[in-house]
Amino acid sequence: MNPFIYKRATDPGDAVHEISGNRNAKFLGGGTNLVDLMKMEVELPTELVDITRLNLKSIEKNGGGLRIGALVSNTDLATNRMVMENYPVLSQAILAGASPQLRNMATVGGNLLQRTRCYYFMDTAFPCNKRVPGSGCPAIPGYNRIHAILGTSDKCIAVHPSDMCVALAALDAVINVRGPRGDRQIPISDFHRLPGDTPNIDTNLQQDELIVSVDLPPAPFAKRSRYLKVRDRAQYAFALVSVAVALELNGSRIQSARLAMGGVAHKPWRSTDAEKILAGAPANRQTFTAAAEAAVKGAQPQKYNAFKVELAKRAIVRVLEETASGKTGGVA
Amino acid sequence: MEHDDERDILPNVITELDEIDGTMDSMENLSDCESNTAVDYLLSDDGEARRRFLIQSMIAGGGFAAANLLLSHKMIAYAQTLQNKEGRVDPAITMPVNLRVNGKSYQLQLEPQTTLLDAIRERIGLTGSKKGCDRGQCGACTVLADGHRINSCLALAAAHEGVEITTIEGLANGDQLHPLQEAFIKHDGFQCGYCTPGQIMSAAGFLKEGCPPGMTLRDCMSGNICRCGAYNGIFAAIEETIGPESRVS
Repeated sequence: MNPFIYKRATDPGDAVHEISGNRNAKFLGGGTNLVDLMKMEVELPTELVDITRLNLKSIEKNGGGLRIGALVSNTDLATNRMVMENYPVLSQAILAGASPQLRNMATVGGNLLQRTRCYYFMDTAFPCNKRVPGSGCPAIPGYNRIHAILGTSDKCIAVHPSDMCVALAALDAVINVRGPRGDRQIPISDFHRLPGDTPNIDTNLQQDELIVSVDLPPAPFAKRSRYLKVRDRAQYAFALVSVAVALELNGSRIQSARLAMGGVAHKPWRSTDAEKILAGAPANRQTFTAAAEAAVKGAQPQKYNAFKVELAKRAIVRVLEETASGKTGGVA
Repeated sequence: MEHDDERDILPNVITELDEIDGTMDSMENLSDCESNTAVDYLLSDDGEARRRFLIQSMIAGGGFAAANLLLSHKMIAYAQTLQNKEGRVDPAITMPVNLRVNGKSYQLQLEPQTTLLDAIRERIGLTGSKKGCDRGQCGACTVLADGHRINSCLALAAAHEGVEITTIEGLANGDQLHPLQEAFIKHDGFQCGYCTPGQIMSAAGFLKEGCPPGMTLRDCMSGNICRCGAYNGIFAAIEETIGPESRVS
């Protein structure tokens, strides 16, 4: 790790003030991704502003939905009664990720901002357009089994590793941020970026902005929601493919639906095409298969990850069937 | 041997020696520590002499283990130097950090990038917590922070002031072992023992957390890896401690 100056923020205003004074300063939350990347010398901040003592740790009812403080730990969020009852996909997604120790340390804000686990990105011995713009992408001609099949560019095929974010994408979450220019709201679909020509920029959060909270809007489909994660191990591995779905049923017909995928793109992949097929259709395998086809339409597999296309389709069908039938438990 | 010939034969060694040289440069104030001929070579200002000594030791069959042993000996002495002599501050930026570990307070002077694990092991001297991967992937470094299990290798010491840290050394009550420790012995929940402190601390954290619905004991211990494969004994020990309502699948 390169040496840095450590500062501890006392309140959000103080945190924003500190961070805006140094372009090479970063916020420190749980540190589970940042400290790791600093050990790998991928991240080289000259200053860390520790925000872990800020009073942003509550989960509260908010206009029929929930407001979640940015410093709520992943464990606390996943095991919160209101979340488990009203947004089960979010609880399941978080519990499917990482390990108990990491979930205890990790924060909501940090989970949003975590960076890809592309092994070329994480190894400074390799060129990488995300680390060093213009240096090239070794994953494209390389071993790209865990990389993206959707939304890629010729500059970067990295995948966003979060489970929580996939659930937030399905739930239309809104992220509240504070900066020197004031407060603003960023819908989850606008938070993470596609790589395009600027893979070095992961999100639309500015360097001097602090995530303060995440809002979950009330939604008729949220209660009947589920997360399915497919990976090489039963636990403690990132997704090859994951799916978050939410269904509002009217008898055996789907009233409205949400569907988002993880493990397939640079950001959680909401599929409004699949959702349009589901809405108003009977909740049966034929519908689910059609939705799955729509969700992966336009997929551009890499040399080593073509399996993800079929895997994603089957995962979508399976989780839709489980959600429609009201299955609980056994998601990971 | 000429230096250039050594470079041809042992390119990897040369790279590592560069790192050791860098470390050596920052350890100048060790003259009052116990020394022997080998260490004198290591501390020598003559970089050439230093490198030749290390290479020859390796070739002679001592391997890097010998060099590493000498280095870690000096590292401990270096750390003690920092603690004992307040007037002698090392060239790096340090800051005061007060840690609470196993109910005791420690006033330390640390570089900001010191992890909680390194502070516990190298500065406080509680070496029960292990460095397995140093990247939060194996769980050997698991400690409790205000009762919650964390990977201390990814925790910065400076960020954990005022937090009650519990390490494996703090689990027993004097001579009376914690029920988990007794169970691990009874059920032979270890082979080499390296992951064991982390396993026990993780299990201690799990006892407080409980098992979220839909998850099993195995799921809840997934953050602790055992390369020896002693999982059967580990789970038997934890199950016994939890009691008949535990589930393992």
